Amino acid sequence: MTDMATGTPLSRVDGLLKVTGGADYAADHNPPGLLHAVLVTSTVSRATITGIDTAKARALPGVADVITDFGGVKLPFPAGEISFFGQPVAIALAGTLQQAQHAASVVAVRVTEKPAVTSMDDRQAIAVPSEEVADYARGDADAALKAGPIVLDNSFTVARENHNPMELPATVAQWSGDELTVWDKTQWVQGTGKHIAAALDVPESSVRVICPFIGGAFGSAGRTWPHQVLAAYAARRVKRPVKLVLTRKQMYSGVGYRPESRQRLALAAGADGRITGIVHELKTETARYEAYSEDAAELPKMLYTSPNVRSTYRLVPVDVSAGTFMRGPGFVTGAFALESTLDELAERVDIDPVELRLRNVADRNQITGTPFTQERFADCLRRGAEAFGWARRRPPKARREGNLLIGMGMASAAHPNYMSAASAVARINADGTAVVASATADMGPGTATAMSQLAADGLGLPVAKVRAMLGDSTLPTAPMHAGSATLASIGSAVHTASVAVRDAVVRMAVLDPASPLYQADPATVTVHNGVMSAPGHGSERYGDVLRRHGKDSIDSTQTWKPGDGKKASSYEFGAVFAEVSVDIRLGLVRIRRMRGVYDIGRVVNPKLAHSQAIGGLVGGIGMALLESTARDHRDGRIVNANMADYLVPVHADVPDLEAEFLDGADTASTPIGVKGAAELVIIGVPAAIANAVYNATGVRVRDLPITLDKLL
Amino acid sequence: MAQGTPESDRSLTLTRRQFVGAVTTTAGLATTGGSASATEDGVPVSLTVNGKHHAVVVDARTSLLDLLREDLQLTGTHKGCDQGACGACTVLLDGRRINSCLTLAVMHDGAELTTIEGLAEGGELHPLQRAFIDTDAFQCGYCTAGQIMSGVGCIREGHCGSGTEIREWMSGNICRCGAYQNIVAAVQQAAKES
Amino acid sequence: MYPFTFIKAPTESAALAAGAQGGKYIAGGTTLVDLMRETVERPGKVVDITALPYREIESGPSALRVGALVRMADLAAHPVVRSRFPVISQALELSASAQLRNMATIGGNIMQRPRCLYFRDVTAACNRRAPGTGCAAIGGENRGHAVLGTSDQCVATHPSDLAVALVALDAVVLLRSRDGDRRIPVAEFIRRPGTTPDKEHDLRPGELIVGIEVPGGAHTARSGYLKVRDRQSYEFALASAAVALDIRDGVIRDARVAVGGVATVPWRLSDVERLLIGKAPGAELWAAASAHAADGAKPLHGNGFKVELAKRTVERQLASIGGAA
Ligand SMILES: Cc1cc2nc3c(=O)[nH]c(=O)nc-3n(C[C@H](O)[C@H](O)[C@H](O)COP(=O)(O)OP(=O)(O)OC[C@H]3O[C@@H](n4cnc5c(N)ncnc54)[C@H](O)[C@@H]3O)c2cc1C
Ligand code: FES
Ligand code: FES
Repeated sequence: MTDMATGTPLSRVDGLLKVTGGADYAADHNPPGLLHAVLVTSTVSRATITGIDTAKARALPGVADVITDFGGVKLPFPAGEISFFGQPVAIALAGTLQQAQHAASVVAVRVTEKPAVTSMDDRQAIAVPSEEVADYARGDADAALKAGPIVLDNSFTVARENHNPMELPATVAQWSGDELTVWDKTQWVQGTGKHIAAALDVPESSVRVICPFIGGAFGSAGRTWPHQVLAAYAARRVKRPVKLVLTRKQMYSGVGYRPESRQRLALAAGADGRITGIVHELKTETARYEAYSEDAAELPKMLYTSPNVRSTYRLVPVDVSAGTFMRGPGFVTGAFALESTLDELAERVDIDPVELRLRNVADRNQITGTPFTQERFADCLRRGAEAFGWARRRPPKARREGNLLIGMGMASAAHPNYMSAASAVARINADGTAVVASATADMGPGTATAMSQLAADGLGLPVAKVRAMLGDSTLPTAPMHAGSATLASIGSAVHTASVAVRDAVVRMAVLDPASPLYQADPATVTVHNGVMSAPGHGSERYGDVLRRHGKDSIDSTQTWKPGDGKKASSYEFGAVFAEVSVDIRLGLVRIRRMRGVYDIGRVVNPKLAHSQAIGGLVGGIGMALLESTARDHRDGRIVNANMADYLVPVHADVPDLEAEFLDGADTASTPIGVKGAAELVIIGVPAAIANAVYNATGVRVRDLPITLDKLL
Repeated sequence: MAQGTPESDRSLTLTRRQFVGAVTTTAGLATTGGSASATEDGVPVSLTVNGKHHAVVVDARTSLLDLLREDLQLTGTHKGCDQGACGACTVLLDGRRINSCLTLAVMHDGAELTTIEGLAEGGELHPLQRAFIDTDAFQCGYCTAGQIMSGVGCIREGHCGSGTEIREWMSGNICRCGAYQNIVAAVQQAAKES
Repeated sequence: MYPFTFIKAPTESAALAAGAQGGKYIAGGTTLVDLMRETVERPGKVVDITALPYREIESGPSALRVGALVRMADLAAHPVVRSRFPVISQALELSASAQLRNMATIGGNIMQRPRCLYFRDVTAACNRRAPGTGCAAIGGENRGHAVLGTSDQCVATHPSDLAVALVALDAVVLLRSRDGDRRIPVAEFIRRPGTTPDKEHDLRPGELIVGIEVPGGAHTARSGYLKVRDRQSYEFALASAAVALDIRDGVIRDARVAVGGVATVPWRLSDVERLLIGKAPGAELWAAASAHAADGAKPLHGNGFKVELAKRTVERQLASIGGAA
């Protein structure tokens, strides 16, 4: 087909709703009889609850109930105990939001405090092995470090970060008899349904979760959090619909975070810049009641040829809330240490940082030994260097404009192309329209738009005739909208279902004596604009054959499963380049320009992919320069739990950024040639910026974020 | 503080500190000639939203944002922080952009409000709405209503001379999806048209 | 938010009467509504003063007079302020966001309360919010806190940018109560914490700010504001400097320097001014004078960098107003 929808820069199919206020987010639902719920949270980090005084709150006008007994619901932390600062301990319910907020503020929680440790650097915080990330070794890395000749051995820290999507987490729960409907903010409607059902001990089939729009999440709405379960629980208790919206402050302890990390990265190399050994020792904080590990160890093991690698990952359980995946989880953390170190190595051996990486690029996954489905890492590096004007980079401290020092830096990015089994239904209607649907979600990348494009091509219809549906747990099974797996997985399912239903209609036609396509070879039938035709035969519309068979529509539900990945390793690659200015006296770092070059297989929609990529760069700018969840470890409170003090980039921090994708489809990974992008596009960013800051100033900052006090 | 110390019962200090001044005064209207209204009984407010007149009785604590979202069911304006720190709640009040979360509804008797739902005229999108779609000035769409209303204000104020100027004058609207450069392009495009 | 009685004051006398009865004035609401929602403020009566007539900006030959209810945005954009008092325009336009500046008033701005993270959190110890409970910031997270004008009771910075400019220019607060009118320099109106950090300013119960007055002079036209912060916009200052210089015939005749973001009140640097006056402008003078910008600083464990940052901020702003040559 010549006019494929896939690959065109189509505007978002839901753009009109988004610019008119018509897109419905979870908190926008106000079913009749609604009660507003506000959580009361703990103000100590570890304690036993000895009593909760609700009399004052209950006496207030409009207050329907104050629930303190969470006995009827399974929560991840022990009942009656406080396991972290900000833990939900009661729910105030009232007719208006103002009444509920006030009621919650006068609930008094009595506790017997216990000694708490909330800092991973506390001497009483004991590191334990991660059950998910095993120790790893190949060769003898420690011997390689001794042998040298070039050895770099440094520590890196990354501050805790909160996702801070703009949408506040919200759950509206409504029971009708034993059936529960939940309008929720979630990256996984079916997972949330399952988890709420399990927590409340009701059949999974009785819970329906709806979430057509997500106001950003970045990982924070992946798992099901206590507030979601508690909203459903409260609604059952009071027999009224309940709306529970977390406050911005409550988000900091309520929906996870990127854990604070400590890394040692030691690297040995020859004078030719070839890496001979890597030692990576990594620690992240975790909740005591729940272990969360992330893939921060992967890239130092995987990305570059090094005969000797030793890697250990330890968790430090402390009295804090549970962490969770946040954009580029682990990878961006590990890449910061690895790519900063490579920059240092480049200077030590006096080899250009891009050339240094090219010398160490692996043609196969260094952990599994399998070749990559598509190996375009080196292409990303070369193309990026050329497009960015990397050759103009000067030695450290060599470029000055007035009060500003200017520097360039770069870093590599890589992320596994995660894929999961996924189902979708495709339906062709006799009126010439079509619907594709899957219980997936769209937190911003444009899932619905990409589904429409892939379906249009699979069905031989214009995109305008195809409607995509998602965000409802009653739709065909989908994995969590996370891990940048959505398009590869759901897209493949949509493609498979679309092709299947097209083939079904084609089959009907070629077997139908009344059809102009009768006895045509199905393999030669093409569909264009909903018209089927074959060489030597006439043509007819989908609708013609459906109507003759007395059908309004025909559909097919298909499940797509990824391969086992044993023969080849499916990976996304990229290279990030940054130019910064640093005020020579005031230490202010500003981004002047950035470019990311990526291999993500086929790009279904270049316009939306570009938005996603620059969004990743902006997220990385935040991580590099601004973001840090500040805590007072005397009692474990998060002190900057608001958007004025937890700083994320604003308009003024972000110049025009460039992102580019290498041509090509990775059909060895998915039938549609697509790989993921969402995580990849943040991964090298903090390192590229830190390297640029070094190039500008000669100061190496190994602790994120790089704030001005580190450069004065 | 707690670390290494024996278990202690801090409950009293905690709760007492929390409740200093908790006593509520709603009685005793001032004899000043001002109009006074107690919170719980509700305060009448009438205002025009998107050209439509509304007369409601609200709890005096209600923010303009909550009035729109919870009472008038105009949910296109979003809450991102409720602290004036994100811009998601931006609306035009008597033609000027403001954060609707930090003002009380009862202070706006007689006011004229425009929200995202009222920007299109006669089924025609506002040029900035069209520009947002063209330039893909969003991902998740949650900050979008605030960005667009703020952008309309920014254009009216005449702060669209350059990309740098737009960036500074739009900095009260956070986009965590990072659509900034596309938003700037959209504002620039719409500013040219108007 | 605690319930309250809402009073819309149609006239000044109605406002003063309601204020005298313990009513809390509300203007733009951007400080008060925020803090009421956090339950830091729990007024029983809220008196809406926005119908009062304090909305004039008058620029006389010797002074600028600004009504208390003038919006930050409007004062900043006023042509006379832009040309003759640029430091005021700049301080305002580097504050908050365009939306907040459309709401917030000049009176409210100098009355705004600290942004200390513990002050804003009612479950934390804070002498300013709850006298006698202690200051959690002194031993806690204090990267943003003050190094100048602190006491062992409180180390919160004064958050207003405008007030720094006003203090530099010797502005006066115009006050009115049922007992009559008063005039107080902004520098005296805003108080250091000392042993009574809860007494933030010299506003008597029921008293209204009706406006501010800023004396003009040769120096006010050659003035400007520099704000240093982690984020490029929409953030309070880590350090800021308001500088106004009168330079004639190669000699500094008058100099006004104040810093913000580093002190518990807008901090006038009289010593620095003295070092400048009578000298020829130049890089060496800027360096020598700004070296004293943080004299007397008492850094905490998290904000030591502010000592150096304050000096460099002043130095940079002297150079940008006075010329680098
Ligand atoms: C997210 C955010 C960022 C901000 N960033 C900055 C910044 O960078 N720089 C900066 O300077 N400010 C900043 N601000 C603060 C803002 O400037 C103030 O909130 C605002 O100026 C207060 O004015 P208002 O009219 O809204 O005051 P209101 O909230 O109405 O009142 C504040 C106080 O002043 C009293 N008051 C008001 N008017 C009078 C009067 N006429 N007479 C007597 N008492 C009166 C009130 O009783 C109240 O106690 C920021 C605020 C927010 C929310
Ligand atoms: S919700 Fe009003 S500024 Fe964030
Ligand atoms: S589009 Fe998601 S926050 Fe702006």
